[in-house]
Amino acid sequence: MNESTSVLFDQPGPRGRRRIRMFNAVASLLLVALAVFVILRLHNPPDGENQLSWELWKPALDREAWTDFYLPGLWMTVKAAVVAVVGSIVFGIVFGIGRLVPNMLVRAVSAVIVEFFRAVPELLLMVFFWRWFAFAGLSSPSYWAVVGGLVLYNGSVIAELVRSGVGNLPHGQREAALALGLSPMQSLMTVEVPQALIAMLPATITQLVVVLKDTALGSIIMYTDLLQESRRLGAMYFNILQTLVVAGIIYFVLDWLLSRLAERMPALMKGRTYGNTVTEPTAPIAIMDATNANQIADAQEGERPYGGADRQFPDHYHGSNATTDHWQHAHYSHGHDRNHPVSHPQHPFPKLPIDRRETGKGSDGSPDDSAGAV
Amino acid sequence: MEAFLDLFREYDIPGAFWVNIQLTFWGAVISLLLGVILVMMRICPVSSLRGFATAYVEFFKNMPLTIIMVFMVLGMFGQLKLSFSDDFDINFFWLAVTGLALYTASFVCESLRSGINTVPMGQAEACRALGLSFWQSASQVILPQAFRGSVAPMGNTLIALIKNSTVAAAASVTTETSSVMSDMIEFHASQILQIFFIFALGYVILIIPIGLLTTYLSNRLAVRR
Amino acid sequence: MHNQSTGRGRAGLLRRLVALVAVMACALSMGACGSSSSDGHVIKIGIKFDQPGVGYKKSGTYEGFDVDVARYIAHKLGYRDDEIVWKEAPSKQREAMLQNGDVDMILASYSITDERKKAVSFAGPYLVAGQDLLVRSDNTDITGPQDLNGKRLCSVTGSTSANTVKQKFANEVQLMEQPSYAECATALFSGIVDAVTTDDIILAGLAANARGKLKLVGAPFTQERYGVGIRKGDTEFAKQINQAIRDMIDDGSWQRAIEDNTSGTGYTPNAQYNPPDPTEGEEDD
Repeated sequence: MNESTSVLFDQPGPRGRRRIRMFNAVASLLLVALAVFVILRLHNPPDGENQLSWELWKPALDREAWTDFYLPGLWMTVKAAVVAVVGSIVFGIVFGIGRLVPNMLVRAVSAVIVEFFRAVPELLLMVFFWRWFAFAGLSSPSYWAVVGGLVLYNGSVIAELVRSGVGNLPHGQREAALALGLSPMQSLMTVEVPQALIAMLPATITQLVVVLKDTALGSIIMYTDLLQESRRLGAMYFNILQTLVVAGIIYFVLDWLLSRLAERMPALMKGRTYGNTVTEPTAPIAIMDATNANQIADAQEGERPYGGADRQFPDHYHGSNATTDHWQHAHYSHGHDRNHPVSHPQHPFPKLPIDRRETGKGSDGSPDDSAGAV
Repeated sequence: MEAFLDLFREYDIPGAFWVNIQLTFWGAVISLLLGVILVMMRICPVSSLRGFATAYVEFFKNMPLTIIMVFMVLGMFGQLKLSFSDDFDINFFWLAVTGLALYTASFVCESLRSGINTVPMGQAEACRALGLSFWQSASQVILPQAFRGSVAPMGNTLIALIKNSTVAAAASVTTETSSVMSDMIEFHASQILQIFFIFALGYVILIIPIGLLTTYLSNRLAVRR
Repeated sequence: MHNQSTGRGRAGLLRRLVALVAVMACALSMGACGSSSSDGHVIKIGIKFDQPGVGYKKSGTYEGFDVDVARYIAHKLGYRDDEIVWKEAPSKQREAMLQNGDVDMILASYSITDERKKAVSFAGPYLVAGQDLLVRSDNTDITGPQDLNGKRLCSVTGSTSANTVKQKFANEVQLMEQPSYAECATALFSGIVDAVTTDDIILAGLAANARGKLKLVGAPFTQERYGVGIRKGDTEFAKQINQAIRDMIDDGSWQRAIEDNTSGTGYTPNAQYNPPDPTEGEEDD
């Protein structure tokens, strides 16, 4: 995102450069002043104690703090997050397929369940499960409450990903399967869903970031995760601000690394599916509309003249398609399924990674990454 | 049924939802302002501001909201003495709003950034040809169109904000839904299922219309090209 | 490469994925709920893990007054240190843990109340605590709950102690609820609240680590009879526990345990009720 990619302002001339330098200096000064103010306030608060003193930081950083508090807490956090992601993938696949099967009743029930759990705040789910599991006599109720809350919400998001992933495949996949004599159900299970699953892998990693962040809600229901353990350490030495900073840094580093991984995934997955690989788990907005993944792809095809992020939604909508029976069909016949042969008469097949390397486009990852995935 | 109605008599359930709606409303207004400022910083020619905005967004996107809420009370209020009112209830409410707004602003910024790219290059080029400055072209041409192109991700952000308003419990706001529900379960354990469904349905009723409205608006407001 | 993959290959992938998911779920959930085997001669005791001075987990060991009493009772019942299995008993899970046999007894600042006696039985009490206030050492104007009008008070989310103060003593008090006492104590340190309230023994435990900057007001205004929670109706077990507590009080270990865990805070148990006479739970009710 350097200046050269932005056309919002001219390539500055001598006077413009001077002005920018001046703004830069003023802005940097303001930011530094803010930082200094905060540090001074922490060092010498109106009343209370110096929050920067080593006396408070040492117990938050020494070996004992890591072995007895942060690392066990982190293990609990990771354990809940990983089980929750695995569980939500299972939940998502089951209900995502449930929303696609020919049987109307199954579709309706799946839709109600998915929409319900997408709307209920995770904290409410966790509180409810926690009390309920405790009454039911389950051992470690807070652990299962955290996992349960995370699975139901994130599973619903993944169910939407599966649904939009299937909705986003070129219609030819299904047509070919039916032409080969597969039943609609067989086509769904053996041709469409597997491709949708690969397409949604990057988004699943992004979802892991969300899950990892949301495990921190578990501390509200007494789950001994990283946040709760750092609280306990803080209870002993009265340095809860310091222990929370350490915990915050651990969360940040983990989430940041996972986000970077998620960003690299689409390039790796692209060669393995006809679907669109996206990092952001954007579920369809309209309740009955499974087509937004197409729209996402459509949006991302465009240029990024101002150096902004990938667009998630196109600048034009064609109605929500909520009432269209053949929304899969509608999309490519309108010419908005760029992967579909109809839109590219000169390219009878989707561009393979090798094509991208030849044309040198490679907007979604370096050519080497794509080649590795072939 | 009588016991069920007693729940409503004993606890102020609509009041609890009202607290969450207020948290959401103010959080949305402030995070929208902050998000616009951030997105301007991210596309402006001044590199220190761009750097700050990028760091801000990365920081808040990867930080659990629960920690931010605890920090609002113990850090912002406790150490930096940022206080909105001498009345604790009002003070904690606004601290929670601030925490929600700071957190959500990073998502608003990202939504707007994705909206900005829906504006065709020609618009900016025309601005430059007319001699508009960065500030003029951003505020009068690019951003208004970006808003219309980012209705859908903004809607998703708003839905997330409504749900996140329950985390205000971590900032001592005790009258919001998750705390009230927790209290009710404590004293009416046998009705745990009913209690949960009252609150869950409340959120379904709040959120589904917003999803539908988002779809409607994004269709209506999109700039057709 | 798209065209070469067959439907069978894709289905295989799906199956492999499901299998992987299943294996991972198993492995992780085993780790989650795999408790130590209860065969052999062990006693499972529920305590708090997060209250310094009462029940606190540190470096894989446990310390605090509740822990000392629990250990003494376990020794008297014929268990060695390595035969005690400590379990965390958060406030809201205590009854459930006893009812489904997760633990044999609970010593976790567990007050004996009629409400709770409907679900579980108690032995003891081993201490009569009382609700008190924790203030900064330089404080002079708060000498009891009645002085709290216009002041700011912190307590833990979901506890009733703050409401007791507000309803009975000072209805002008401003309440702050935090997830744990650590936050409350930090808020007290930084001056945003004027007092923290809960049972005196818990406050003493907090104050013991405060480098002399916090003190107890020392005027408990309720009585909380801390009992040993046991399974409902186990009178025989209650008798054994009560005898152990009596022994502990008689041989001075009880007094030592109090002093060890609250040294430097000026805390003394309310002398009117302490040491208590443990007679609870010996008869069927």
